[in-house]
Amino acid sequence: MPTFTLDDHEISFEPGQTVLEAALAAGTYIPTLCSHRDYEPHGSCRVCTVKVNGRPAASCTTPAHEGDHVESATPELKEMRRELVQFLFTEGNHFCPSCEKSGDCTLQAVGYELGVTNGEYNPLFPTRRVDASHPDVLLDLNRCILCELCVRASARVDGKHVFALSGRGITKHLVVSAESGRLGDTTLTKDDRAVDVCPVGAILRKRRGFAVPIGERTYDAQPISKRVLEDER
Amino acid sequence: MDLDSLRAIIASHHQDRTRLVQILRDVVAEEGYVSPPTVTRVAELLGLPRGQVEGVAGFYSFLGTEPRGRYRVLFSDDIIDELKDSRALVRRMLDSFRVELGEVSRDGLVSIELTSCTGLCDQGPALLVNGFAIPRLTPERIGAITALIRGGSPVSSWPTNLFTIHSHIHRRDLLLATPFAAGDGVRAAQARGAEGTRAEITRSGLRGRGGAGFSTGIKWSACAATPGPTRFVVCNADEGEPGTFKDRELLAHHADLVLDGMTVAAMAVGAQRGFLYLRGEYPFLVEPLLANLTARRAAGLLGPAIGVDLELHLGAGAYVCGEESALIESLEGKRGIPRKRVPYPVTHGYLQQPTLVNNVETLAAAALIAVHGGDWFRAVGTERSTGTKLLSVSGDVERPGVYELPHGVSVRRVLEEAGARDTQAVQVGGPSGTLLAANELDRRIAYEDVPSAGAIMVFDRSRDILGVVANFARFFAHESCGFCTPCRVGTTLQSQLMGRIAAGKASRKDVKDLVRLTRTVKLASHCGLGTTATNPVRDLLEKFRPAIDDRIGPLEARPAFDLDEALAPAREVTARDDEGAHFRERP
Repeated sequence: MPTFTLDDHEISFEPGQTVLEAALAAGTYIPTLCSHRDYEPHGSCRVCTVKVNGRPAASCTTPAHEGDHVESATPELKEMRRELVQFLFTEGNHFCPSCEKSGDCTLQAVGYELGVTNGEYNPLFPTRRVDASHPDVLLDLNRCILCELCVRASARVDGKHVFALSGRGITKHLVVSAESGRLGDTTLTKDDRAVDVCPVGAILRKRRGFAVPIGERTYDAQPISKRVLEDER
Repeated sequence: MDLDSLRAIIASHHQDRTRLVQILRDVVAEEGYVSPPTVTRVAELLGLPRGQVEGVAGFYSFLGTEPRGRYRVLFSDDIIDELKDSRALVRRMLDSFRVELGEVSRDGLVSIELTSCTGLCDQGPALLVNGFAIPRLTPERIGAITALIRGGSPVSSWPTNLFTIHSHIHRRDLLLATPFAAGDGVRAAQARGAEGTRAEITRSGLRGRGGAGFSTGIKWSACAATPGPTRFVVCNADEGEPGTFKDRELLAHHADLVLDGMTVAAMAVGAQRGFLYLRGEYPFLVEPLLANLTARRAAGLLGPAIGVDLELHLGAGAYVCGEESALIESLEGKRGIPRKRVPYPVTHGYLQQPTLVNNVETLAAAALIAVHGGDWFRAVGTERSTGTKLLSVSGDVERPGVYELPHGVSVRRVLEEAGARDTQAVQVGGPSGTLLAANELDRRIAYEDVPSAGAIMVFDRSRDILGVVANFARFFAHESCGFCTPCRVGTTLQSQLMGRIAAGKASRKDVKDLVRLTRTVKLASHCGLGTTATNPVRDLLEKFRPAIDDRIGPLEARPAFDLDEALAPAREVTARDDEGAHFRERP
């Protein structure tokens, strides 16, 4: 099997694998927010950025090549990742103690993993919508990190295109496919894949909030790096 | 908008989904914005997901999903206009209509906003009203425009002298001084054959004039070598870099050079169709270019006789579409989000077919190289930067305009030509380029030293360089496409921090934050917009640090909010504005 080096470890990969896939398969965790094994990666959160032969690249979209020299756990890249997570906390309205996703939230878990203890920058405190119009699903855009997983799931698995992005730059936002702009007027149903794919608390099933108590949730039991690598096995 | 009008618009675009941006431009010309029912109907009529139409309408500055005034006024917010006091003109118009920026007046008559550079820095301040460009603004002209808006007549019926765009070409060389007639390039390319033409382009050493400087010969050969049922050529005329206007002059006065260049490129790579992607800020070029294309078809320079046809495609206000893969997305009727690099457009471009994207100036040079050969071209310039460069010079100079100079020319020489005095700093290549201090004027415009897509903005010693960089930071925040986290959030934070620093309201922590965030944005961004968006701040920190330190003062940290500003609502309700109603910092 071909190999490349990842932080001085030799890693073998199957042709066609990305750097991220190969790293995870070999037991090395690289943090990610917008990637998901069921969907084609697009590299928007940039948290998985590594340096391939000295050049920065998103590991989720970069194919592994024989003989490449990949850096990931360097102080420079670790600081960059911490900073990107801080950017996301600064951009949205994230209040972990009152969020029902706490403990199951990828953003929170990656934040803990990277040692993020505060947002560092002045929060932008944007005014964003909460949409409770759907009988089974709550949409709280305050927590959306624009990873597009719901967009991809709804388009490619559910075949519905319920979610899309509009706006540009810092005003980019999630929209739903209804003239009223209300989730309840879309074709979304509770069985849709798009409902469960949200890594944060932006799309939540109603009446489930505290079925699992805080303290017993996914990342309460173990850090996300362990969890991701366990899932990989 | 009624269904029949909408059907007519969509029919005029042959029901073609890839023309979504063009369709929505036409909708906005009639409706002023894209309303929710219109989004639904456009989606139904084109068979697109509703979200895609809403996403496109919400992406481009000149489209939009929020109601606007019947007259939509967009003032150019570039630094050159700002230094000519454009903000006072904006204030004058806002006060006259009793609105604030971004608001629609109560009677629905007018809305006034800021937009990025409109490509008229040699004759600013400038604005766009319902898409029409008006240069050389003065208080008198603002008064006239205000009266015309009140009068309610369509902008197309306003006095034509308001819209006259002056030409300022002050120095001509290889490109602009060599005699050229329509068809010269096409005939030469026919005589040389595709391979022979590509060989001359390679021999010329021509490199992309859009800024990146990639070898044109290699690009053409790569596109020609990629098998495909069809290939495309795209002329990137989306010159959005603030301070640039040389493509405007090329397309206005040397369009034959550019259109011949496109045809030559198509013949040399085996493309049948070409698009000229013109930035939406240049509506005054549309009719002359369409007339030229028609004349070319009649003369057999386009169409079946040649096996190549060209069409015009208009942008809608998005700087990021100057990035070639974002431009292709826009051509396909999508949001202008840059694609993943690899595959490149030469193999997987427009509709996933091999596509050659070249800058206006690159194609103009290619037309002449087809006629005169590669050696003729490479006799001028330097070894790694052959030929000449068109420079758009603006700011504190006596003669702003376009200067064609051989590559390798010193910045000092450019400033002498344009009549600059007491220069403090020069921004070469626009905000995404390099900020030079006064002691660097002997540096040369060339890929070996300071590369430039052509913008040269000059600032004399009376200017506040911190304010200049704050303007650039604002530009990048406005133009980030928002796809990736570092650019989307980082450019906004950079703009906030730079604004605080320039306003003298920052602390040492703010400067530290700025240093750290610029590193992250540069390292992690998805495309060239993000990786260059921190250049002006980086150069400022490196070359003008004392100016920053003087402005921020000794405080280690300051509150996140402005205490005096927080009192503003209280002042308003109490109708007070005296000394006691303001918070003043003790020295």
